[in-house]
Amino acid sequence: MKKEILDIISKNSRYSTEDLASMTGADKETVEREIKEMEDDKIICGYPALINWDNTSHERVTALIEVNVTPQRDMGFNKVAERIYKFEEVESVYLMSGGFDLTVLIQGKSMKEVARFVSEKLSTLEYVNSTATYFVLKKYKEHGIVIEEEHDGKERMLVTP
Amino acid sequence: MRNPLSEKVTGIKPSGIRKFFDIVSEMKDAISLGVGEPDFDTPWHIREEGIYSLERGRTYYTSNAGLKELKEEISEYQKRRFGLDYNPSGEIYVTVGGSEAIDGALRAMLDSGDEVIIPQPSYVSYEPCVVLADGVPVVIELKEEDEFKLKKEQLEEAITDKTKVLILPFPNNPTGAIMTEKDLEGIAEVILKHDLFIISDEIYSELTYGSRHVSIASFPGMKERTIVINGFSKSYAMTGWRLGYACGPKIILDQMLKIHQFAIMCAPTTSQYAAVEALRNGDDDVGYMRNEYDRRRKFLIKALRGMGMECFEPFGAFYVFPCIKKYGMSSDEFAEALLTEEKLAVVPGTAFGGCGEGFIRISYAYSIEDLKNALERLERFINRHK
Repeated sequence: MKKEILDIISKNSRYSTEDLASMTGADKETVEREIKEMEDDKIICGYPALINWDNTSHERVTALIEVNVTPQRDMGFNKVAERIYKFEEVESVYLMSGGFDLTVLIQGKSMKEVARFVSEKLSTLEYVNSTATYFVLKKYKEHGIVIEEEHDGKERMLVTP
Repeated sequence: MRNPLSEKVTGIKPSGIRKFFDIVSEMKDAISLGVGEPDFDTPWHIREEGIYSLERGRTYYTSNAGLKELKEEISEYQKRRFGLDYNPSGEIYVTVGGSEAIDGALRAMLDSGDEVIIPQPSYVSYEPCVVLADGVPVVIELKEEDEFKLKKEQLEEAITDKTKVLILPFPNNPTGAIMTEKDLEGIAEVILKHDLFIISDEIYSELTYGSRHVSIASFPGMKERTIVINGFSKSYAMTGWRLGYACGPKIILDQMLKIHQFAIMCAPTTSQYAAVEALRNGDDDVGYMRNEYDRRRKFLIKALRGMGMECFEPFGAFYVFPCIKKYGMSSDEFAEALLTEEKLAVVPGTAFGGCGEGFIRISYAYSIEDLKNALERLERFINRHK
């Protein structure tokens, strides 16, 4: 049941509880309870919308930053990661295997803003050894959704046997 | 000038769906729950394999029966999914959709005057194909109170000394009915008793909800007298690729293959390469789509019942078949009025046989959003015609 709800809302979190109940065949109360439990257990951590800012008049810049850090005694990477993810402009932080340690995704209003964040905030942090910043030029797909789908399935004929 | 036409062909009446399609396509901004194909695109890894085969220049005929590796994959698939054991060389051949296999099976098995039992409501092509093969269609009218299953008593009653073949169309288009193992047991008994053959159209076999599809060919003594028809259209969302297949006893398949060889040559090569990929790596896609359909199925039934429509719960395919008798209109009138008043297309039950009167077919090969939008229109309509 929980998995079923997660499968559905991972694609679209705007379904009403009634809709979720209809789709899963459960009653409304059960769905409400299951969702509440998953929110409490931090299985569901939020319900953000997927926005294509390019189609608005608001400028948004996304950058991916590779960060090399020195892990700290007793705390490993967690402490450094925390000091990074606390910044509001940071969207995501992942600890990586391979050639560098942390992936930091950040969103800013302009390249200047991102550059300022990297040079003034990120690279000056203690234990941060080096950074490499890559700006995103175009987003094709995010969270399993193709940003600018070319066709919408309307090619089906309206009535077929 | 002489009459250029064959009486046999002109005697066949055009599909009831065709007529309806013509009205709908005239209409601007009509929306539809009338589609008999998946709304999913073919999974990309399957499409990609088709593209790759073109890049590699695989643009030639395959052997008549189809690519060897595809027949092997089909054999392996039928075993894995339905416990059926078919030899890839001789007991399987690849066709242009399940439709070709239906036509081929009938033509290979029928002599003039042989009777073919067709349970209805069912897919539109069975009856005309029987007529084209010089057979005589004998219709069994399935009943809503039996959940549109075929009962062995009904079958017994329809059998005469001319009966040769039963068409077994489950999971069923348009009713969504399925036949469980227990339901099929009785049918198999009757078939054996009267020495009949079966054309089992299992094109929707991957789309059952709550239980796995059981093939009649898996019953003792049935494999020898059953042609199993399946394909890629519904399970892998590959309708436009036109690819199906038949499995059955070599003695029948040899003759079907002969017709195929002269009429078709071979199924499309690109589609065959894509289908190999579908069978090798497509199980997850099938599962994903099945889950999606099941959610919509539950959603739709609840909504229909919620607005007061009578609707038995179907466990297969992607259709529901609600009863509209209480609105005082025939199926045709209901569907036409719904289209003109609310610009919503559904298919009248009569398109699938006379006993579909009093029902409409609603497809749930649509997103929940589309379903919601359409259901609003439907609810407005039935409230107006209470």
